Amino acid sequence: MCVTCGCEASAQVHGTGHVHDHDHHHEHEHPHDHATAGSMPGTAGLGVLRPAATRTVSVEQDLLAKNDRYAAQNRRRFLAERVLALNLVSSPGSGKTTLLVATLHALAGQWPLAVIEGDQQTSLDADRIAATGAPVVQLNTGKGCHLDAHQVGHALDSLALPSGGVLFIENVGNLVCPAAFDLGEAHKVVVLSVTEGDDKPLKYPDMFRAADLCLITKSDLLPYVPFDLLRALGNARAINPSLQCLTLSVMSGAGFDQWLGWLERELAQPRPATVRPAGAAAGAGA
Amino acid sequence: MHEMSLMESVREIVEQTARANGARRVARVQLQIGALAAVEPEALRFCFEVVMNDGVAAGAALDIQTVPGAAWCWDCSRSVTLEHGGCPCPGCGGQRLQITAGTEMRVHEIDLQMEQESSQCV
Repeated sequence: MCVTCGCEASAQVHGTGHVHDHDHHHEHEHPHDHATAGSMPGTAGLGVLRPAATRTVSVEQDLLAKNDRYAAQNRRRFLAERVLALNLVSSPGSGKTTLLVATLHALAGQWPLAVIEGDQQTSLDADRIAATGAPVVQLNTGKGCHLDAHQVGHALDSLALPSGGVLFIENVGNLVCPAAFDLGEAHKVVVLSVTEGDDKPLKYPDMFRAADLCLITKSDLLPYVPFDLLRALGNARAINPSLQCLTLSVMSGAGFDQWLGWLERELAQPRPATVRPAGAAAGAGA
Repeated sequence: MHEMSLMESVREIVEQTARANGARRVARVQLQIGALAAVEPEALRFCFEVVMNDGVAAGAALDIQTVPGAAWCWDCSRSVTLEHGGCPCPGCGGQRLQITAGTEMRVHEIDLQMEQESSQCV
């Protein structure tokens, strides 16, 4: 049994997605039918002679409450080890893994580093990361469209936390679903490449609203694509006025130092972890 | 399709509530979903039927109550109501909005049908 959350499965770094609900529902049907005057429609055969009383129960439970409890647990682990955890989100193909590989090479030897890779299938990205020498765990979500805090918690069980350094969590390439799931990170970093549209922040506002930093990548391709950088920045800030934006190219190296500078500032002055507006992940700063 | 994951959470909350109250079955589930929440109510409806299919809430009605969105507009310095995410300030047309309400996703209340089996039943 998992000691973190009590689930039956042990930590799985590949093909997670075990189920917590072990309940089964028994239908104790009677072989005869009570078609009495008092029985309600739909209750025949359930052994009910009187009308079933209906009671309204007030619940008031957040759908993300469970995820947020796991996220708070992860956040406490990060804070205890002074780990800067970043959740990298984008659509598929924005260059997250290429950015990560270059970043790991640039920071190797200066800071402890580790990576959690999220993909539907394969360990191809983890293999690319492992080639840099950084510790990495691959999470495969199978049919899932996003990483959740519970999966990340299990990944942490099989990954030595980079004390005082950076844990990069590369989320599943999807600009919609990962926006809603707090993983315990300090910041969501949204990656937008210039080969996508400059209207993307308007089309996928939830992710740009949830992020603290936006990296506009593949800037070396700007002369060849109809991407208006100023319009993209304007759109991103229209959605999220406090969003920081950096433009860079891993291939040419342009702007890459700004990204490293941002990381070093975050590492030097760890800020309190961001908390979702709903007030979930309360106690994160404890 | 994160609506499926969210509906699995609804199912867990509903089943726990039914069990805790000794209910026979669940007749209605009411969700409160913010107008600005990162979720599509129609997708939730679809997932509800699929996810509740073989449980205590099979056949239950799903009632989705929309919570209005609200934001602080940095351009005209006042609180405004938002119909949906991504729309500009209805007052000044400004885009610099800080959302203050309407992102909630919660199970508000559940109608339970209670156990009332008679001892005459053999």
